[in-house]
Amino acid sequence: MGGDDDGAALGAVRGAVVAEAQVWEALKEIPDPEIPVVSLVELGVIRAVDVHDGHVRIEFTPTFLGCPALEVMKRAMEEKVAELGAEPEVDVVTDDSWSTDRITPQGREKLRAAGFAPPAPREAAAPKLVQLQASVFRCPYCGSTETRLENIFGPTPCRSLRYCESCRQPFEQFKTI
Amino acid sequence: MNEQALLGLADDELVLGWRDSEWTGIAPLLEEDVAFSSIAQNEIGHARAVYELIVGADGDADALALDREPEEYRCAPLVELHLLDWAHTIARRWLYEVADEIRITALKEDPDAATAGLAAKIDREEAYHRMHAEMWHERLREEPCFRQAVEELWPYALGVLPAELRGELVERVGLVEVEPIDRGGHTEELALLWEEMTMVRRSAPSGAQW
Repeated sequence: MGGDDDGAALGAVRGAVVAEAQVWEALKEIPDPEIPVVSLVELGVIRAVDVHDGHVRIEFTPTFLGCPALEVMKRAMEEKVAELGAEPEVDVVTDDSWSTDRITPQGREKLRAAGFAPPAPREAAAPKLVQLQASVFRCPYCGSTETRLENIFGPTPCRSLRYCESCRQPFEQFKTI
Repeated sequence: MNEQALLGLADDELVLGWRDSEWTGIAPLLEEDVAFSSIAQNEIGHARAVYELIVGADGDADALALDREPEEYRCAPLVELHLLDWAHTIARRWLYEVADEIRITALKEDPDAATAGLAAKIDREEAYHRMHAEMWHERLREEPCFRQAVEELWPYALGVLPAELRGELVERVGLVEVEPIDRGGHTEELALLWEEMTMVRRSAPSGAQW
């Protein structure tokens, strides 16, 4: 009790000065609603944080435009900023500036550990069916590259279905976007 | 691209998204059930993003999408058709994706940066729809019922694109150019789809709470 507690409480006072780094730290705590092993920061979907006079503006890119988790993510970010005592503004950026290449190395590793094969690197041209059918995608369970494409589409817009011939495990592959 | 053309793109994606979603639960293969549901979800997401681009940050995209009368929609008759068999459904998907690729490629060069940026993002997602359509086209191209379906839908496919882009579609599809069934007019099927599509909106004008 005493001085230390007063100090800790200061940050939560509405209108207190919020630093950009604090906002990034808070955003790291928001899990992806559909794949909660990774955070929104690890997914790379938060493009910019701009702090000005107790007002926090976040630029955010949806993975897929039809992603139903978009509103949930937006609300979660607004709540986190409000908890810091700042006024949130989340702008959805719908251009081509985000790609699956922006998923951080930690994010990719967490995806793999949870049984989702991370996306292949983006190329200048769009991926082709023959590339997806190639046996170069690594099974997240046994590491084998003897895998085959089962369906371009999966349970969410961002995933395809593959099957590992070595360990006979079906798995989900992040689409390269 | 002018606003009417953007509205045409958004309405195409919205209505085709609805039509594609009609296969959810009843597609002939489980894989296709998943594929059509996912494609439909993407198409409706594209429609939403384009409506939002048209109305701007303070506008009401839902109102634009759902508060118009059926005759006010700018979609091409191709996407309105209520198709009940797999050959026609795949023929439409393939024809639409070829036409849409030509349109989106042009839109990526739009002088308006927000429009061009959105077109580039849509293009990345559509690449997967094209793969799906091409895969089926490869498989069915020699089947008489599929060829017949493509020929039946061909005048409708031409109607997806403005006159200046049709030449490329003719080249890629390999059929002779005919009189297009153009956007502007509507099929009777649209009114029936509209009833279903706008039902929630009309029954809860102030917004449905889930």
